Amino acid sequence: MPITYTSQEQVEVYRFSPPVTVGVPLLALFLQAFLPSRGHFFAFFDLPLLVVIFFAVARRSPVAGLLTGSVIGLLQDSLTHQPIGIYGIAKTVVGYGASSLGAKLDVDNVGARFLVTLFFYLVHQVVYVTVARGLVKLTVQLSWGHELGAALLNAATAAVLFTLLDRFKQRA
Amino acid sequence: MENLIARYRNVSILAVMLFVQVLGLAIQVKRGGSGESTRLIRSWTVNAVTPLEKIIVWGQGGLGNLWNNYVYLRGVRQENRDLKFKIEQLQLQQVRLTDDAQQARRLQALLSFKEQYIAKTVAAQVIGSSGSEQSRSIYVDKGTANGVEKDMAVITAEGVVGKVLRAFGSTSQVLLINDQSSGVGAILDKSRLQGVVKGTSTGDVILENVMTDESVAAGERVVTSGGDQIFPKGLTVGTVMKVSPGADLFLNIRLTPSANLSRLEEVLVITKKEDRAPAVAEIGSRVRAVDILTQRLPSVPDKPVVEPVGGTAAGGSVAGLKPGNTVSVAPAAGTAAAAKPGVGNPRGNSETRATVKPVTVERPASAAKKVSEPMVKPGASAPAPPPPGKAKPAAEDQPH
Repeated sequence: MPITYTSQEQVEVYRFSPPVTVGVPLLALFLQAFLPSRGHFFAFFDLPLLVVIFFAVARRSPVAGLLTGSVIGLLQDSLTHQPIGIYGIAKTVVGYGASSLGAKLDVDNVGARFLVTLFFYLVHQVVYVTVARGLVKLTVQLSWGHELGAALLNAATAAVLFTLLDRFKQRA
Repeated sequence: MENLIARYRNVSILAVMLFVQVLGLAIQVKRGGSGESTRLIRSWTVNAVTPLEKIIVWGQGGLGNLWNNYVYLRGVRQENRDLKFKIEQLQLQQVRLTDDAQQARRLQALLSFKEQYIAKTVAAQVIGSSGSEQSRSIYVDKGTANGVEKDMAVITAEGVVGKVLRAFGSTSQVLLINDQSSGVGAILDKSRLQGVVKGTSTGDVILENVMTDESVAAGERVVTSGGDQIFPKGLTVGTVMKVSPGADLFLNIRLTPSANLSRLEEVLVITKKEDRAPAVAEIGSRVRAVDILTQRLPSVPDKPVVEPVGGTAAGGSVAGLKPGNTVSVAPAAGTAAAAKPGVGNPRGNSETRATVKPVTVERPASAAKKVSEPMVKPGASAPAPPPPGKAKPAAEDQPH
């Protein structure tokens, strides 16, 4: 398995230009809002989540990861009609977790990205459902078959998407 | 101490961020679901995302029109022939339906029914969605600048879509009927059972509040009841797909929505509704209420009868009848039933239609006197009849 434990010095830390930092999350939000209206199949994807994982893993800073997650999550919340903060909390947790993992493990290859995305997609859904049920009293059903299918789909998408986004990386 | 803070800095920031968001959620939940407290952030996000969506939809529409109207015209002649044939059939059908509608309006006018009319609509294009499976809402490219406001009904030609949840300057958010927080007052078309159409967390549409002892068949149409004060009465919501016994003495009725909610492109926002009673004058023909009542109600005798003092016309009493004037009828027991097709007249609606026409036969004075009595509400005692000689002459009620 290509996931390898690495020392802090061996792990590459990246940064991104301001246009990429702002533009990529906005583009992901736009596609997330636009594509499902053209076909219900696209509702299975969570592009903002993939962007959160990518930035968190590449920056390898837990604070940057959780801030990126919370901002993107809150913006995603504001497109729904539900109270703002459900996606925010879920993506904050994912951003923190992914960047903490990225700081310790080398997850820059396709296999590792697939597994990391698969894992964090499920974490995201569990946190989302917990918050939605526990705090907002929404009736949200967690179907494990459905979630696992969506997780696999998102993980496969992440493997391709992250390769494209690698072009915007700059060494810190 | 400094070491401790530095050591747990990341976790502390995570805890603070989560606490702030949980606090924000709690405040929103406590204030209710109106979303006014978060309007600013929602407005910013929508204004950041929707312009690009509008451009793409506009470009997509332009290219589509270019292709469909100028390039891809294969099979158009045959389609044109088919459509012309269909138009002829529909014109025949329209004649029959217009006749039915006129008859219905006449009867409604007689009973002083008030109907809600769709007075004004705004066509809008769907430019995006919430992007979440838990929030089934869409964005359209019309907002407050186009007269769209909160709680306006959104429909398509196929049926009901939802209602406006939030209206921004040039866009609006529409809550679909398959969202779990939506609710539409509905009625089953044949059995006339009332219920509430709601969405589920899985995106299905169900009809609630119908008791298990009622009989509901699959395939029955469900229309809006008008009771929610948002959707005008009679709009198609969907058809019954599956009926099964549910919990708490209510049926579990699953519907297939008439409008394709997962693939919406253009919708109509009902920006103005009017409550008005159809007047007899607008029907066109000067048919008098008494003539219609005489024809429709089997209990109204055709020949002169001697009425006891204080008696009223069967099915309701008519006040102030003059040729060409609007009349009002106070509904009495049996009136509604008589107005229903096939109830008052055993021959049914289609045969009745042919019999409703201006009556030209001379009517005895006693019959005219009977329908000229003032309006009497059900259960109220009728006023004393006018003294002899003061009654309206029979000729006054005859068509000229």
